[in-house]
Amino acid sequence: MNQNRVYEYRRNFIMSLGGVAAVGVIGSGFVLQTASAAGEIAAKPADQPVTNAKRWGMLIDVTKLTDGGAAMVAACKQEHGWGDEMHSADAQKAHWSRVVKVTDKLTQNSFSLPVMCQHCEKPPCVDVCPTGASMKRADGIVQVNKHICIGCRYCMMACPYKARSFVHEPLQDQKPHSPRGMGTVESCNMCVHRIDEGRLPACVEAAPDAVIFGDLNDPNSAVSQAMKTVGGKQIRADLGLNTGVRYHGI
Amino acid sequence: MASQAIIFRETRESKGFYFLLVILGAFLALGALAFFHAEHHGHYVTGMTNQVVWGLPHVFAIGLIVAASGALNVGSIGTVFGKKIYQPMGRLSALLAISLLIGGLIVLVLDLGHPDRLIIAMTTYNFKSIFAWNIILYNGFLALSAVYIWTMMDRKAKPFYKLAGVAAFTWRLILTTGTGSIFGFLVARDFYNSAIMAPLFIVMSFAMGLAVFILVLHFAYSWTGRPLGDAVMNRLRYLLAVFIGGVLLLEGARHFTGLYIAQKAGVENFILFEGGIYTQLFWVGQIMLGSLLPLSLIFCRKLGSNRIALLFAAFFTVLGGFAQLYVILVGGQAYPLMLFPGADVSSDYFDGVVNAYVPSVWELMLGLGGVALALVMVTVGVKVLRFLPDSLSDAVVEPHN
Repeated sequence: MNQNRVYEYRRNFIMSLGGVAAVGVIGSGFVLQTASAAGEIAAKPADQPVTNAKRWGMLIDVTKLTDGGAAMVAACKQEHGWGDEMHSADAQKAHWSRVVKVTDKLTQNSFSLPVMCQHCEKPPCVDVCPTGASMKRADGIVQVNKHICIGCRYCMMACPYKARSFVHEPLQDQKPHSPRGMGTVESCNMCVHRIDEGRLPACVEAAPDAVIFGDLNDPNSAVSQAMKTVGGKQIRADLGLNTGVRYHGI
Repeated sequence: MASQAIIFRETRESKGFYFLLVILGAFLALGALAFFHAEHHGHYVTGMTNQVVWGLPHVFAIGLIVAASGALNVGSIGTVFGKKIYQPMGRLSALLAISLLIGGLIVLVLDLGHPDRLIIAMTTYNFKSIFAWNIILYNGFLALSAVYIWTMMDRKAKPFYKLAGVAAFTWRLILTTGTGSIFGFLVARDFYNSAIMAPLFIVMSFAMGLAVFILVLHFAYSWTGRPLGDAVMNRLRYLLAVFIGGVLLLEGARHFTGLYIAQKAGVENFILFEGGIYTQLFWVGQIMLGSLLPLSLIFCRKLGSNRIALLFAAFFTVLGGFAQLYVILVGGQAYPLMLFPGADVSSDYFDGVVNAYVPSVWELMLGLGGVALALVMVTVGVKVLRFLPDSLSDAVVEPHN
């Protein structure tokens, strides 16, 4: 009897061990998967230049944005600290991202979407900038070099998405990772500081179920696969800018 | 009657000279004050926003720049096309061109978010940018105009007179093509995106530049007590009419094609019919006061050789030119960007609505400061160097006709 109890204990122990092992295997699989997704935006060593091997982009599924993208906009605002200028009028305040409601005039079909810099392959803002301050990184991120921006605002005239803002007043208490300056132009930079650290942009983190971020150059990346399946429409596709931000459900 | 030689002479020192400088100096001081105010506080003190990013200072700047290239035309007609009656006015023409361009550029530069970074703009070029080309074109225009003046003033440089004149004329055409293309290359905005912007700006420059030249010529001669005959002024009078007609022709072509193109129909409808202040500025400012009224004053038989009528015609042409630029610049930005063709859009950041813009007094002061600077340069220029013929009376210019 005692002997049988010992066997029973041993059997239970081994089964428990098997269960733990099974959980461990499944768990490790999940961890591996997550690591793989994060691997798409592996941190860039600071001493290495950006290359065009990757082109960063995102697919925003508008149908899954219950708030129309308000949480994404709020996360961007929080991350970069724009829009709280003290003296500027509403039309003068910086906006890196905003929720736009669209209603078709004929069908009355309506949807909302967040509109930020679309990170065009052929950005008009970069073409027109006289000093080259408005620039596209090799990995497709469009941003402003604020050291050589003269504040001419020609890029704002050229942007079809109203994605750029001019800073109308002196700023204080800026985010260390997102320096801004009076008299220069700024816009969404796809949270370049996060991407270089191997993290996701703040807006993507704020809507994990609706946004897939990754390398558009890699046909096997999650974002490329998703776009291949569901498509990824551009705003003002007629302009032929081949935007890095794509939408599903518009 | 024996022909008289053209003699160039500096203007005399007089109370009027200093009085004029004091008046213009006051405007310069106001312009400087406006600049420092905006520089210190930031552009929130202006009426410009992130929806209307170029405002009244740009209207003044581009108006002066456009007028500058046009002012050189009087000299070019004499040099390039060999019309002798225009040749005595060549020096003033080039001086006015340089002065207006510097006046315009100073407004443009002082309205930058970072005017302190001018050296970057002058040394770091993105050659894909029409703006960067323009920086080179402006500097080249100043240099060529200066050389052109030199060939007119220095007998030793006379052999290069024609060459310099042709170079300056060619350069000014390219320059104004560049100015018009600043807008023509903007694919994002329906009101701009068109190749016709370049020739439109060229013909605008002909009209505005000549109108400014007529005003400056008249007042320079009347205030210094020098004779200025009808032969010269009537030539300029009918030339002005031709240029105003040219502007009307190209504006007509632009708007009619815009109405035909579905993509542009919305913005054309806005500017021509529903745009409030912009529609009024277009029809009343540009077309009626800026074009039809000057044409009437020029062609009215009862006003033939009437100097006052010509001066009013020139004044209203300048006014119409500024109204036109205001409509193009501000009206084009006031009309909302088309994010989704065929759909209504709205947001908490002024999507889908007509953007408001009310210029502040600071912007007006800065713009007028640029005008004052141009006029100071002309006033001092004719005082210290021999830009003005002693006389442009009919007797003097007739043998050169």
